[in-house]
Amino acid sequence: MKSGLVRRLFLGAALALPMLGGAAVAQADDPLYVFVSHSPDSDSWWNVIKNALKDAAKDFHVRVEFRNPPNGDLADMARIIEQATAQKPAGIISTIADYSVLESPLKAAIAKGIPVITVNSGTAEESKKLGALMHIGQPEYDAGKGAGARAKAAGVTKFLCVNHYITNNASVERCQGYADGLGVKLADQMVDSGMDPTDVYNRVKAYLTAHPDTDGILTLGPNSADPVIKLLRDTKSASKYKSFISFDLDADISNAIKDGTMESAIDQQPYLQGYLPVAFRVQYVQFGVIPANNVNTGPGFVTKANISLVEKYAGEYR
Amino acid sequence: MADTLAPDKTAQPDKILQKARDERMKSQNRWRKFLQHPEFGALAGVILVFVFFGITAGDSGMFAADGVLNWTTVSAQLILIACAAALLMIGGEFDLSVGSMIGFAGMMIAIPMVYFGWSALASTAFAFVGAMAVGFLNGWIVVRTRLPSFIVTLASLYILRGLTIALSIVFSNRTIVSGVKEAAGDSIIPALFAGIAFRPLFVWFSDIGFVDKLADGTPAVQGVPAVILWALGLAFIAHVVLTRTRVGNWIFAAGGDANAARNVGVPVTRVKIALFMFTAFCATVYATNQIFEFGSAASDRGLLKEFEAIIAAVIGGCLLTGGYGSIVGACFGALIFGVVQMGILFTGVPNDWFRVFLGAMLLTAVLFNNMIRRRVTGER
Repeated sequence: MKSGLVRRLFLGAALALPMLGGAAVAQADDPLYVFVSHSPDSDSWWNVIKNALKDAAKDFHVRVEFRNPPNGDLADMARIIEQATAQKPAGIISTIADYSVLESPLKAAIAKGIPVITVNSGTAEESKKLGALMHIGQPEYDAGKGAGARAKAAGVTKFLCVNHYITNNASVERCQGYADGLGVKLADQMVDSGMDPTDVYNRVKAYLTAHPDTDGILTLGPNSADPVIKLLRDTKSASKYKSFISFDLDADISNAIKDGTMESAIDQQPYLQGYLPVAFRVQYVQFGVIPANNVNTGPGFVTKANISLVEKYAGEYR
Repeated sequence: MADTLAPDKTAQPDKILQKARDERMKSQNRWRKFLQHPEFGALAGVILVFVFFGITAGDSGMFAADGVLNWTTVSAQLILIACAAALLMIGGEFDLSVGSMIGFAGMMIAIPMVYFGWSALASTAFAFVGAMAVGFLNGWIVVRTRLPSFIVTLASLYILRGLTIALSIVFSNRTIVSGVKEAAGDSIIPALFAGIAFRPLFVWFSDIGFVDKLADGTPAVQGVPAVILWALGLAFIAHVVLTRTRVGNWIFAAGGDANAARNVGVPVTRVKIALFMFTAFCATVYATNQIFEFGSAASDRGLLKEFEAIIAAVIGGCLLTGGYGSIVGACFGALIFGVVQMGILFTGVPNDWFRVFLGAMLLTAVLFNNMIRRRVTGER
């Protein structure tokens, strides 16, 4: 009986796997583009980029595969780029989450004749040093600095930067930029909140209780913003903070902007970071045209004034 | 136990065999004996996995030279920690702090080099000593308190990961410490841990068309990365120690029944502590390879690797209860895990389904090798 069950399970798995594998390689003749991100599976922000990639794949009749290290370990990301290189795709689109880790795999891909476009994390200089076609993204430090300047105008003196992805240098740069924009030292005003919503909620609550003179908050994305929004609502303390700004957008953040809990959100327009690299690369192959400069997709600030347009597509296309 | 697992040394002349024959011993067919090795099931799993990817991803570049290098490197990294996990499991304990130790050891190398100006040799030695001290502490607490190693090392998992983040912020104000390659200068350490061996051989391979040539004339695969040699070397040593030495017998005995082992004079305490230190040593080798390959240390390196190491050991036939298992099996387990992990990407399965397939493939491989093992050993 028992061994019969095992046999059936095994046969089922053995039959089902090749079938599903077969379905995925159905349109194998379309050129393949691989998008490699540094995000762990739990980061919901990347959903917009995944949607953009799906749209681009449909519009340009290409295959686009999104890949990421499940735990966000950048050394694993380097292996994924090496894997993609071995597959000889028509193009690799990659973030530069850490230059020194990704330098050799990306240079190896370019040496093998695979064009690389860099997006999101990283700087235009790094992209150029790699020999990539172009960089499409938002300069992180400048975006943070812009938020800091806004907070200064609102009269903030002591702030909290809620960092849910502390192992990514870009995250630390955002907090540093904010501190510089405000004209104060970062010091201990950045907390490592973790990704889990309950952890974020409680760690921020503990910090704000211990530092009652905090009057500005910066969150680095939906993972840190959503629990903080809930916290401010639960404790009815939103009015205590002169400026609450978050990076990126989702449904909760746009609601918070509408009801005044949050002052503004820094939008880097991720849809463009997914759609444009595929579009540029395809058109480069077809017509030989490509923009001569890098593309800054952000920072744009979403406030109460322009929220209605953004709201409809939050978390899906915005 | 180890004696029955060790293969016959050489074919003995029949006369001697007959002289030594004992009516209490049942003679066994040599083929059957081979099938009963703990690693045989894992070997069957390896074959299954290769057949599967041969069918689904045969033409995707997975079996071209750079594709092979890709999954071999991933498997080799895992072999480093899987061997240690297997020895420790055979010895009856777990170490959940392996992944955190990889991150911590990395910082112990990178921070002194980049911020205190230490030489590559000094900071690498410091990391090995520091890591093995933590391994000693893990083992000592487990043996002394008789708490399950699961709990003790779970605590070290958090403490080490926390220290990695906190100390990197204290010393460098960032969580990724770059510039290790530059700080190492022309030291021999980077070549030793992240060099590439057999370069001329691979140039020749590309000349005869065995390996693809890039546009600039260099071969697509330049050689064998040091991590693969380290993995094979460590696995070989661990295998010999386990199957051919007294220490190997002690490890089996300590994991089988610690009290019985103590009563016959096995130094169980020393064996277990030494195994924890060896695990820390292997985690540090992993970290050192990684740091000098990528040139940076990050505080999230090695996240969840402890589970991959334990999974590889279990796929390879180690029992969670201790006292049974093999190094060769753990290596096969690591190979299965590495090939499945990278192979799924070659098949083009949508990313959202990645973990589902990883889990399903692993379950299939384990069920398969379990089934084979039962069939040949006749256990129910």
